[in-house]
Amino acid sequence: MLFELREVGLVRGGRRVLDSVDAEIPAGATAIVGPSGAGKSTLLRLLNRLADPDEGAIDFRGRPLDSYDPLALRREVSLVPQLPALLEGTVESNLEYAAGLAGKEEVDAGRCLGLAGLDPEFAGRDVSKLSVGEQQRAMLARALVQEPAVLLLDEPTAALDRAARDAIEATLARLREELEISLVLVSHDPEQARRLGEWVVRIEEGRVTDAGPLAEVLA
Amino acid sequence: MTTSIHLSLGQVAAALALVALAAAISFWRGADLERDIGVATLRSFVQLTLVGYALKLIFEADTLWLVFALLAVMVVFGALTARSRAKRVPGAFWPLLIALAVAGAATLGLVVALGVFEATPRYLVPVGGMVIGNAMTASAVALNRLGDEMAESRARIEATLSLGATGEEAGRPFVRRALRSGMITLIDSTKTTGLIFFPGTMVGMLLAGASPTDAVRLQLVLLYALLGSVSIAALTATGLAHRNFFSQAHQLREL
Repeated sequence: MLFELREVGLVRGGRRVLDSVDAEIPAGATAIVGPSGAGKSTLLRLLNRLADPDEGAIDFRGRPLDSYDPLALRREVSLVPQLPALLEGTVESNLEYAAGLAGKEEVDAGRCLGLAGLDPEFAGRDVSKLSVGEQQRAMLARALVQEPAVLLLDEPTAALDRAARDAIEATLARLREELEISLVLVSHDPEQARRLGEWVVRIEEGRVTDAGPLAEVLA
Repeated sequence: MTTSIHLSLGQVAAALALVALAAAISFWRGADLERDIGVATLRSFVQLTLVGYALKLIFEADTLWLVFALLAVMVVFGALTARSRAKRVPGAFWPLLIALAVAGAATLGLVVALGVFEATPRYLVPVGGMVIGNAMTASAVALNRLGDEMAESRARIEATLSLGATGEEAGRPFVRRALRSGMITLIDSTKTTGLIFFPGTMVGMLLAGASPTDAVRLQLVLLYALLGSVSIAALTATGLAHRNFFSQAHQLREL
């Protein structure tokens, strides 16, 4: 099992965001679904320790998550946020920054951009000149530079129109085929979960209401 | 030093005519600042009069311990004042206290060691006051900016942390901007000094009858000392305070 959550609880600003969450997330493609404000994004942030739960425990590959060095963990379990948040500069300088953090001396920018569905000529573009969809792909390329084992994707198409959404989904499906990479995807859209997920965890009001193979949960 | 100016209390009171003019303009234009002008006038009178007597005592006692005690009080009050302007920075007091203390000690220590000033109360108290006052303003501006930048850039900082960056690495661009904003005012005013305005020390010395060359030299020494102390203070305050935004596990704290 990739992740195992037991009795996970989290309170923020006096509100219980996650309540006794028990869930298993296997390798492959998992979709975390549920209405807005259900706690999906918060749960995702716990998986690479951008936040820690107030209660309960999380295991990653059978070991407690907090026994991993958080910096090394985040390079192995990379989170791509809902809204693009690149560093100032060019796409290439962003890729080089990520490579530097992962201790890589050379970046195959063309390959990473290609995997994320961007033409290699985007490398020299200033990130402030990119559309939201292009920035989202640049974020994906930046994460792929570090060759993570798991990609955590927080509503990766929420800010995009339908054509851009379809393109990103096709990219993610291709990534699954070409790389040995697991995806954990947060989505408010059950149809997207159907298109991309193999395993589904459904959350409502901070509690897991259903979890299992796609065919069983979203039958 | 000889002084050619001796002002009576009556002369000081006559200058209040200008305060009355300011209050009248405020009233006429509906700026609603009359009360603030009154409070500012009264406070400046009381505070400066008390400081005047305190300085008289300290100069007459001629002991460095009293000087250090006074400077320590200035550092503590400076840190408390600056903290109120850096509300979005968690635990800002200690970084500010250390920044002001280091800036004051390093600047005064250097000007004394280089023989610019003698280590006597007459030099250390006014120069120390200027150094700590300017260091306070610079570090307050820098931390105020740091707090705003960190709050407004949460998404970008967390995205950088997600790549395995340390808190320090993720916060670096914002620390850099905060540092610049803390130092830029004094740098700009140093650039234009003598062209657009005459700085206070020089004006004071000229009024007191010193030669213009002496006045300029002293002013230059003070400007350079202030540049040094402001840089040290802003650097120390931002360098220490930005760590408070992150947990041990390099997580951006909820503010």
